[in-house]
Amino acid sequence: MITRLLHACLLIGFLAVAPAVHAIDTQPAFDDPALQQRYERINRELRCLVCQNQTIADSNATLATDLRREVRELIAAGRTDDEIREFMIERYGDFVLYRPRMTATNFLLWGAPVILLAIGAIAVVRVVRRRSKEADIDTAGPEAGSS
Amino acid sequence: MKKSLIPLLLFVALGAFLFIGLFRDPRYVPSPLIGKPAPEFSLPSLQDASYPVASKELKGQPWVLNVWGTWCAGCRQEHDVLLAIAQQRAVPIVGLNWKDDNAAAQQWLRDLGNPYSVVAEDREGQVAIDWGVYGAPETFLIGSDGTVLYKHIAPMTMEVWNTEFLPRIESSRATAGSKS
Repeated sequence: MITRLLHACLLIGFLAVAPAVHAIDTQPAFDDPALQQRYERINRELRCLVCQNQTIADSNATLATDLRREVRELIAAGRTDDEIREFMIERYGDFVLYRPRMTATNFLLWGAPVILLAIGAIAVVRVVRRRSKEADIDTAGPEAGSS
Repeated sequence: MKKSLIPLLLFVALGAFLFIGLFRDPRYVPSPLIGKPAPEFSLPSLQDASYPVASKELKGQPWVLNVWGTWCAGCRQEHDVLLAIAQQRAVPIVGLNWKDDNAAAQQWLRDLGNPYSVVAEDREGQVAIDWGVYGAPETFLIGSDGTVLYKHIAPMTMEVWNTEFLPRIESSRATAGSKS
């Protein structure tokens, strides 16, 4: 019984891990594990523009296949990760990145949480100060009058 | 109180943005190539593999690059419009046959008519990647100076051609003419 349970757990564990290890390629792109790791990491950061909510590591669209081939060739040609990202941005725009960069056009989007937090903090400080002043008046006022 | 109106106004503004967002096509991704030099390519011709189609030879005049494939339903849809545009003889229309079967592509042109001045065969999709193609049909307009002026992602229509392409072709010709 316990061994059966163990087997089931192992199976579930393998299923959970399997997609991450073997992406969509039928065989690894590189013999060198370090290069293979880079290849998989870059693939996971690039959007497939045909099926927009998938990375090219997840998608079996032909465009994703082509882009994976492109990444493989660029790595084989000795390009750095940044150069490969730049290569994709030049062709498909910033949208191709799953982890967006900060640019002049999306600055507000990046900055909005900080700005909103600052506005909230200022509002809290002002409300607290006003309330504490009102409280001072409430407590100090009548006492001063009665004595 | 005026102060109490501020949250309401913020809410209305946010609502307006979200409302506009409902009508925008998330599949439309603006091309970063606009205003930049068109990527060069040299590919075999669809009809005769020994005859190369090179983008360099098209310089000095505005031209159109239409990305198509026999597997693409939108391409079938726009085909008659391309034929009508080709009849205007305004600019050369270069076809980029994207990841297609050569025989099927040739048969398609024989059956439906050939709007293209020349068709380049991009079997591997390498040139398509250079041009940032992600969904056929896509139609690019390249100016006399070799820069990409416009990209239309969807089946071509006469309306798009008349409002977006023709005026840009004319102004590209005018600026090229005044320089020479």
